[in-house]
Amino acid sequence: MLKKVLMSGNEALACGAIQAGCHFYAGYPITPQNELTAYMAQRMPEVGGIFIQAESELAAINMVFGAAAAGKMAITSSSSPGISLKQEGISYIAGCELPAVIVNVMRGGPGLGNIAPAQSDYFQATRGGGHGDYHSIVLVPSCVQEAYDLMFLGFALADKYRNPVIILADGMLGQMMEPLQLSDKNNLKTENRKLKTKEWALTGCKNRKPNIIRSLYLAEGALEKLNLVLQEKYKTIQQKEARYEDMFLGDAQIILVAYGSMARVAKSAVHKLRAKGKKIGLIRPITVWPFPKEAFTKHLKPNTKYLVIEMSYGQMLEDVQLAVGGKVKVEFLGRAGGGIPTEEEIINRIARF
Amino acid sequence: MQKIFSHPKSLRNIPTHYCSGCGHGIVHRLIAEIIDELGIRERVIAIAPVGCAVLAYDYWDFDCSEAAHGRALAVATAIKRVSPENIVFTYQGDGDLAAIGTSETLHTANRGENLTVIFINNAVYGMTGGQMAPTTLLGQKTATTPKGRQAKLEGYPLKISEILAQLPAVKYIERCSLHTPQEVLKTKKAIRQAFQNQMDNLGFSLVEILSPCPTYWGMSPKKALDWIQDVMVKEFPLGRMK
Repeated sequence: MLKKVLMSGNEALACGAIQAGCHFYAGYPITPQNELTAYMAQRMPEVGGIFIQAESELAAINMVFGAAAAGKMAITSSSSPGISLKQEGISYIAGCELPAVIVNVMRGGPGLGNIAPAQSDYFQATRGGGHGDYHSIVLVPSCVQEAYDLMFLGFALADKYRNPVIILADGMLGQMMEPLQLSDKNNLKTENRKLKTKEWALTGCKNRKPNIIRSLYLAEGALEKLNLVLQEKYKTIQQKEARYEDMFLGDAQIILVAYGSMARVAKSAVHKLRAKGKKIGLIRPITVWPFPKEAFTKHLKPNTKYLVIEMSYGQMLEDVQLAVGGKVKVEFLGRAGGGIPTEEEIINRIARF
Repeated sequence: MQKIFSHPKSLRNIPTHYCSGCGHGIVHRLIAEIIDELGIRERVIAIAPVGCAVLAYDYWDFDCSEAAHGRALAVATAIKRVSPENIVFTYQGDGDLAAIGTSETLHTANRGENLTVIFINNAVYGMTGGQMAPTTLLGQKTATTPKGRQAKLEGYPLKISEILAQLPAVKYIERCSLHTPQEVLKTKKAIRQAFQNQMDNLGFSLVEILSPCPTYWGMSPKKALDWIQDVMVKEFPLGRMK
């Protein structure tokens, strides 16, 4: 049994990434995710990987593009305004079908906003974010342990589908310290992090035809063909990779829906109300793209009411509405710009149902 | 019989999309010849720009990647860092390297990344229809400077090579031209030096090449070469800067 350590969410994300086999990090300073970058600066060279403090978010994401094109597992991290800058690069990564992981420790917006936790980048993460018809796989950890654990899944999915994976966390999770059970899934030594051969990667054309990494297709019909390949991949991901946690759905008349740090507040409201005999349950998406629609369709009873709770003004709300297809009532409670719906606000809101 | 001239192995034997009199074809070939001569084709990774040479990977016969406009040196930095055994070079135009990608250019050079940069300066944006480039000369007419570039409004031609030559981590900077066969040979020598430097782990090397764009200069191919010789080299003096 490996030891338990006390770690912040940001450090846990970095620690998990390195253990998951990540070989390359590039990033640019921005609060509230700087502990992740600092951890990488310290640890990457120790495990034989590469750390670069880039001159901008644009450079950082394009460095990740380069490392991924060379067949290495690569990651960048930032917070909301910085993630906006990375969108062009993420679109290229999706178009070139490269595996990469991008961490967004969300803060308040729009604009420069503030450094308080928020969940206002949900649309940007789940709808593509950059130009073109593409999707990133989006994982949403709700505690330090899960931040660490989801890194293994994140790199596995990026590698499997040759697709960008976004870890969508928030400033609260990034800064919070919690006990973390380390895994022995992967040894930290370089020789144990050898990657599978990637026949598409740029390694020099020894004993094979040259490889080209590109998203430019000018010939008639060629780009449509690439898009159809991508759409087929996204369909497979939607069928196979949706994940969620649920609580007390069997008899629930009210179901709370929340993700990330927000889900922890919701969970604690559920326990309090259950103790008072209220038939209440919770759906906590672990992936928000693909969105776990099945969690909703499986338990669709006509009298059930949903309450979506977010640190935004209703972004995941739209996915819940789409999932229930107008068949049941969906209420919403949300604050943003640093405001966080409290347990008390949730309980008061339910009392008004 | 001894064979003394043939098509470079590193260049596919297909027609290019370049206009007649364009310099890109010449430089593509010089690079391919040098890669063959140095015997590094199986180690090379090229980064193509956004601009007229965006399809360079259709012509070279070795591993290549695209890069977003201006980001070639960020992509190249990462490839070289994770695969130092590969020979990594970028091929960029004036807009890509000295306008939208200025930050990447400056900082990659300042880090002294062990890379080779081939910088095509034709004083105009070709792919998008002849707009003003950072290197457009004063008085030069383009689609976006219809009365000619004016210092008051658009500033002066940006001499990025001179700026980069100031940086302590930069190993080698030379400006060459394609306007006569002798200059083409000098250009080839400079490109070879820039690749050799990388093979010897010496650091950041850049060759700027003054290259004709008859289409958007509104000249015949011959006149365009004369214009480099008579006008352009006065603004962009040839020679080694570092």
